[in-house]
Amino acid sequence: MEGQELPCVLIDCIGGKHGVYEDHVEFLKERFCLITMKEYLENKNFLGKKIRAIYMWYHKPVINEELLQSLPNLKIVASSGAGIDHLDLNLLSSYGVKVSNTPFIVSTDTADLGMALMLASSRRLVEGHQMAISPDTEYFPANWLGAEVSGATLGIIGMGTIGYKVAERAKAFEMKILYHNRKQRNKEERAVGATYCKKIDDLLQQADFVMLAVNLTPQTHKMIGKRELQLMKPTAILINISRGLVVDQDALVEALQNKVIKAAALDVTYPEPLPRDHPLLKLKNVIITPHIGSATVKTRHLMKENMTESIQAGLAGLPIPNEVLL
Amino acid sequence: MLKYRMLHGLWQVAKGLQRTVPEHPKVMAEPQLPGLLIMGIGGTHGVQESLAALLKKHFCLITMKELLENKKEMGKKIQSIFVSEFRPTIDRELLESLPNLKVIGNSGVGVDHLNLKMISNFGVKVTNTPHAVADSTADMGMALMLASARRLVEGSQIAVSPDTNYFAADWLGVEVTRATLGIIGMGRIGYKVAQRARAFEMRILYHNRNRRSKEEEQAVGACYCEMEDLLQKSDFVMLVVNLTPQTEKLIGKKELGLMKPTATLINISRGAVIDQDALVEALQNKTIKAAALDVTYPEPLPRNHPLLKLSNVIITPHIGTATVQATHMTAEEAIANMLSVLNCQPIPSEVFPQ
Repeated sequence: MEGQELPCVLIDCIGGKHGVYEDHVEFLKERFCLITMKEYLENKNFLGKKIRAIYMWYHKPVINEELLQSLPNLKIVASSGAGIDHLDLNLLSSYGVKVSNTPFIVSTDTADLGMALMLASSRRLVEGHQMAISPDTEYFPANWLGAEVSGATLGIIGMGTIGYKVAERAKAFEMKILYHNRKQRNKEERAVGATYCKKIDDLLQQADFVMLAVNLTPQTHKMIGKRELQLMKPTAILINISRGLVVDQDALVEALQNKVIKAAALDVTYPEPLPRDHPLLKLKNVIITPHIGSATVKTRHLMKENMTESIQAGLAGLPIPNEVLL
Repeated sequence: MLKYRMLHGLWQVAKGLQRTVPEHPKVMAEPQLPGLLIMGIGGTHGVQESLAALLKKHFCLITMKELLENKKEMGKKIQSIFVSEFRPTIDRELLESLPNLKVIGNSGVGVDHLNLKMISNFGVKVTNTPHAVADSTADMGMALMLASARRLVEGSQIAVSPDTNYFAADWLGVEVTRATLGIIGMGRIGYKVAQRARAFEMRILYHNRNRRSKEEEQAVGACYCEMEDLLQKSDFVMLVVNLTPQTEKLIGKKELGLMKPTATLINISRGAVIDQDALVEALQNKTIKAAALDVTYPEPLPRNHPLLKLSNVIITPHIGTATVQATHMTAEEAIANMLSVLNCQPIPSEVFPQ
């Protein structure tokens, strides 16, 4: 049977809440023999030996030591998206398993969403829409105002691929761009007219908009806490397109309630979704989106293609595109 | 920024040329500021307190209420009217009661709510504020395009809904980067939209009464198109024209039919530029994918209007220029324009009947 010639790849499931998209399956089945977690669990002994790669979509299937021990021929895990904080890289390395992600393909969509959140928050777009359609609205009040994005100061924390694309877009709005990064990026700075802030405090004190575009590491965990929020202007807006845990959420709630900062726009929280009684859900000056930074039809197709390439290279012993190194 | 320097320069000129107007030659001349009619101060429809303070530096403010209470005396004092958010309404009766009216200073760039011919027949000039509103309106166009493409409003509702217990993996929007944007109306605001869209690597098509220069086109990578062509090729169609008899219902059933079924229509000009009934039909029948409207006709829409119920429509309450910064710059630009008329100086932004 043709299917048996193709390398066996483990996936969580097809369709449903978190599964591989139905319309991606045909492409994958042309290249791999797909084995779902359900199928694997029903026939562990036989299938365990055949699985050579894991196609990790939306952080599933969850990979733990037990799973690694039962997949002796596993060579590579391809993870969707840019973030890898959900993976235990040391553990995988200890089993000789390589890892890839899709950092570049998601960069423009995520930068676009960062801009969308900044504009929506500043111009009170969600509130405005609610007013426009509310059954109670009889007139549009005069002097209902937002704040201008054009010409304002944007502070980008994390000037990697995504942060840089944000800067490129912000430049067209004639924004003054400050950035804070592990390393200064001279060439990129000049290209977008950005100013390096070695001390994060300098950026926080000057910015009208603070955008988080770092990845989540032990160093960036709760990087924005009470101290950082208090350094921000009371008219400033915090935008998070990185990971919920980069922000001390309790400190954020307090800062928003006490008007220490003006507003927040978050594509990411911890956890996702937030518990339904969480104070962030009730604050008028908060926009939350359901982690849709890379959620476009085109990008998801490209992610699937990237991951497929990485798996094929990994299985052939060739250099792996988008390999994640320790 | 050049814009601030220019407006500041205008203001300096205007301030320097302020003249005192003695009422009775026999009595010692009292310095008196020209009378300016405004809708009111504060409240639901009046001018903001901070703007009133700005206006008071150059004018003697007279509210509509004060005018109506003492038409004869107040009427004679009024040399200018500050129209903000379309108020006060300028009709024949008002114009007839203001014998010394010289200028109507409109806030914002659109003047379709003013009967320019009628006003001109009374020998009154009209000015608008095209410079002050351009950035904020272009920003709003971009905000609506991004919000619509990425389903931001829908997404925010899911994120806070009491019924949400997971975020579905296959909930997707569409890309803005590298998509095709068709700008209908490449004036000052349309051009600023193009400048912003270019940074998103968008392919930019435009249609305008007059073609822009090659340099201007190249600077933003925009391609001139006939309307039909633009409609057929665009992923996002943005309306940035002013409302005139020629642009009324510019986008109707035919134009919507030419658009891609995956396209989004964005309107930051005037509601009447679109045939609203045709738009409702197009959205319901999936002739186009979505719409994002900062303007409708009327504003607000009646509460039972179908546009309010469509999940693929974002409506904002005409907030294209609703920023603290734009509001102040608008008042300053209007002041400079009105003073230039009263002082017989060259007028920066006069609007003429077509």
